[in-house]
Amino acid sequence: MAISVTMPALSPTMTEGKVAAWHKAVGDAVAPGDVLAEIETDKAIMEIEAVDEGTLGKILVAEGTEEVAVNSVIAMILEEGEGQEALDLSAQEQVPPPPTLEPTPDPTHTHTPALAPAPVPVAAPSGGRVLASPLARRMAKDAGIDLSTIQGSGPRGRIIKRDVEGRPTSAPASAAAIAQLPEQGVVEIPHSGVRKIVAKRLTESWQTIPHIFLNIECELDALLETRSRLNERADGAYKISVNDFIIRAAAFALAKVPALNVRWTDTSMHQLSSIDIAVAVAMEGGLITPIIREADQKGLAEISVEMKDLATRGREGKLMPEEYQGGSFTISNLGMFGIKDFGAIINPPQVAIMAVGAGQKQAVVRDGAVAIATVMACTLSCDHRAVDGAMGATFLKAFKGFIEEPLTMML
Amino acid sequence: MADRFDLIVVGGGPGGYVAAIRGAQLGMNVAVIEAEHLGGICLNWGCIPTKALLRAAEIHHLLHRLDEFGLAADNIRFDLGKVVERSRAVAKQLSDGVGYLLKKNKVTVIDGRGRISAPGTVAVDLDGKPAGQFSAPHIILATGARARTLPAFEAGGDRVWTYREAMVPDAMPKSLLIVGSGAIGIEFASFYGQMGAEVTVVELLDQILPVEDAEIAASAAKAFTSQGIKLLTGAEVAQVKKSKSGLTATVVTKNGGQEITVDRMISAVGITGNVENLGAEDAGVTIDRGHVTIDEWGSTGAAGLYAIGDVAGPPWLAHKASHEGVVVVERIHGLDDTHPLDISAIPGCTYSSPQIASVGMTEAAAKAAGHALDIGRFPYVGNGKAIALGEPDGLIKTIFDNTTGELLGAHMIGAEVTELIQGYVVAKTHETTREALANTIFAHPTLSEAMHESVLDALGQALHI
Repeated sequence: MAISVTMPALSPTMTEGKVAAWHKAVGDAVAPGDVLAEIETDKAIMEIEAVDEGTLGKILVAEGTEEVAVNSVIAMILEEGEGQEALDLSAQEQVPPPPTLEPTPDPTHTHTPALAPAPVPVAAPSGGRVLASPLARRMAKDAGIDLSTIQGSGPRGRIIKRDVEGRPTSAPASAAAIAQLPEQGVVEIPHSGVRKIVAKRLTESWQTIPHIFLNIECELDALLETRSRLNERADGAYKISVNDFIIRAAAFALAKVPALNVRWTDTSMHQLSSIDIAVAVAMEGGLITPIIREADQKGLAEISVEMKDLATRGREGKLMPEEYQGGSFTISNLGMFGIKDFGAIINPPQVAIMAVGAGQKQAVVRDGAVAIATVMACTLSCDHRAVDGAMGATFLKAFKGFIEEPLTMML
Repeated sequence: MADRFDLIVVGGGPGGYVAAIRGAQLGMNVAVIEAEHLGGICLNWGCIPTKALLRAAEIHHLLHRLDEFGLAADNIRFDLGKVVERSRAVAKQLSDGVGYLLKKNKVTVIDGRGRISAPGTVAVDLDGKPAGQFSAPHIILATGARARTLPAFEAGGDRVWTYREAMVPDAMPKSLLIVGSGAIGIEFASFYGQMGAEVTVVELLDQILPVEDAEIAASAAKAFTSQGIKLLTGAEVAQVKKSKSGLTATVVTKNGGQEITVDRMISAVGITGNVENLGAEDAGVTIDRGHVTIDEWGSTGAAGLYAIGDVAGPPWLAHKASHEGVVVVERIHGLDDTHPLDISAIPGCTYSSPQIASVGMTEAAAKAAGHALDIGRFPYVGNGKAIALGEPDGLIKTIFDNTTGELLGAHMIGAEVTELIQGYVVAKTHETTREALANTIFAHPTLSEAMHESVLDALGQALHI
């Protein structure tokens, strides 16, 4: 019996992926550990490896195909001595599995990609059930059509038989078919996986989380002074950025105000023991939030080196899920673009995000006299279900303390 | 100056009065123009009074089966006058009820015959005299239909009845010839047969109940034959001669002709739309073979002019008319969630003994449409409730698409199937699959369990056979 290779669930939230590239062609011998294909998920490109030995008998999902449902068969591997007829037999046996979050691979017939599943719990998307008749579900399933791509014409938008009928069956075709034809002079750019997940998560966050915004200004002169002194003696081993200080200061402030180092769930609050700071990094077509784990335990140099590596790989779409999923708190810094002040949307189940603006020289009143200082505006967005204003203010006060007296975070 | 309304409905039958009430519910100022009686044929001369007659026949039949149940009664007889009187009283009660409903919903009822006199205007004649002009941006034609007549014999007298005369007999005919074996013909055959008349049914096609599934129709034919009803299929009435006391019909089959002498004859050879003197064609409406042509939203193509129910074509069923009325009005009002009626999910019921009910495609139609089929069958004899009721003759047949599990059709014969069919209609309307039906819990002991078993049989999982 031929062995099925299925679209792996690379993270708990992943429901579909893109077959970015095939590394093996039909007829190629495969051995355990061989890279079969690259799968592009919502936020990263992952390789899937063979666990069985044999010959790649059939590729069912072509390179570049998007929105391939998790657990759907993407290729078949023939075991030694098996011929083409084994493919047909297997094909008949394949009943597409129900869309469960937990894949349940059949140990004998299903190829389990050699990947460590992301251990970090991530909030499951609350997109809601697609309204569809049992018949429409059945027909869509048989035809390999993703119901979420169909506009229902039944009562309350329920997807019914006629909505499924006559639709193209392959995923890319259906994706193209549902998109409205662009007007003349308009170029249509399909959403990337990242764009889709960003849109989904941010919409969910903005619509369900009652945000409050707290604003504080921090003077940076002492920090900038410390930074240049540290970098002068680095000998190229590191180059600490203002952002690295901000990461460390935020980590220290979270240690001081653990009430913000929590996750919100509908039934309870989860107090986190580790302080993991996520940092928003712009990438082509979206953004990604790599995480500095246990940031309060790491020195500035270590944070700096790690951040550079994560940001570089993040921009290339090469992060592993555990490198960007989870986290206690997010920092979004647009200072390098000259943005003075902005507010950010919380990345659930986190309860706060800090938007950091540019450090700019401005007039300040010090001891009754006007003086010049480099001032950075920070806006903390808090989930008011979990964090009250005073608690957020306490955090910002601690953060400001570390930023304005950087020696206190050298301890 | 014409009185203005938001909506005028021409005809107060089950299509028209329901459309009017729905319009009023949606805040429209609505008028109904009715020439004869609110409730139309359905309430006054169709569905409802025949059910009253058939109930009497059913009880009469049961009285002759008392011994089976350990009961006894002597001197069983009936008073035909009272049977008819009750039927008329039932019709009157419901027709009055429609008047009350329209009043409650502040619908204006205008007596008379409506005619489109100009775009958006209806002229009403009462007893041949003009009785006013009324205008509205939306006008629904719901004038219904009447019995079709054949050239071989003129129906509508004291010997050759239409449904109308057949519903109010002054005496019980000893022998009766019924031409046409659709629901109307078969219901009268059943009524008169159970009341003791010698009944012969003539059907032009090779199958009685021509719209029903062949297997169910064959089962019905067997049941009627065993009750003493003679069925002549592939047969035509070529000539009718009236005699002093009755009439003699020449019935031609492929085996030759025969003369049948009977007291009375009922013509039930179909109906034709009431499209005459409506001013419809002048208004730009297309009339095709006695019916107004409409699109899926009931629009005639002429601006603001719609048609629903029997006048707009088959199936000639009250529930289809009512549903069309609601769809058209909701569409006019601009409700978002309005959908054209799904003709594949309109149930059809025949209230004979045994009852016959169906929805969707027959086996032959499903095959012709290219489906690979899974067919389930379950006989009443395997159903506990049917046995307890003393109604072991019945069959429930379900037809599914083998690939998708779609319920394509359901066909039933036996006690109370006209009530049971609704289960499948709900399932079909909501596109329930074979598997979803199989996973549904049916109460025990009920006749409905046979519906479940039929589905299970289609899956090869029937439990009680």
